[in-house]
Amino acid sequence: MLQGMLLIALVILSFSVLAGLCRVLLGPSMPDRIIALDTIGINLIGIVAILSVMQRTQTYLEIILLIGIVAFLGTIAFSKYIEKGAVIEHERSNR
Amino acid sequence: MKTNDVILQTVAKVVVFLILTFSVFLFFAGHNNPGGGFIGGLMTAAALVLLALAFDLQTIRKVVPVDFRKVMAIGLMIALLTGIGSLVLDVPFLSHTFGHFDLPLLGDTELATATLFDLGVYLAVVGVTMTIILSIGEDH
Repeated sequence: MLQGMLLIALVILSFSVLAGLCRVLLGPSMPDRIIALDTIGINLIGIVAILSVMQRTQTYLEIILLIGIVAFLGTIAFSKYIEKGAVIEHERSNR
Repeated sequence: MKTNDVILQTVAKVVVFLILTFSVFLFFAGHNNPGGGFIGGLMTAAALVLLALAFDLQTIRKVVPVDFRKVMAIGLMIALLTGIGSLVLDVPFLSHTFGHFDLPLLGDTELATATLFDLGVYLAVVGVTMTIILSIGEDH
């Protein structure tokens, strides 16, 4: 019963990742693509969490934190690039 | 264009320490569990990159006054010396051993010499990643 529910949840999350991928490929503007990439990262976190419940292990829990940190950093870097045109500034122009 | 970075900078000041703590945890979790020098070094580099994103490069140079190329060289040197240390004890190159010790506060602890090699890997990864990112990401 529980395994079946988890499997259904995995399928739904996979479709969600596919929808996000569509938005990344088709997205009319850059912010759409960035939000879609962030959504894919969060769906990946959900998939890993469900896998760790299905296999009854705690080994994957660090991976969840890892994906969270990396997705957060990537979203910030992309947003800063489209807002300021540079990822890492040499000297902050306005403090 | 005047932009407002208050939220990003305030969040970065807190989250950087969380990521650094997580990287130390990952570094010591290695060898028996997922973790180790490589991923710990990548997480430390991620924390430093977050600082560089929220602030600017001059602030990073002032806050972390190390030359990352030297860090990379020191890490490689440590990794090589742990390999040579096994030759001194007349065992094959890069062999490692472990033992159980009674430490105060920690109790029975397993100490492995692979951690020393991992320390070299950690420093090399931090040095390489920060050198690449800071030289590519700089805007001029």
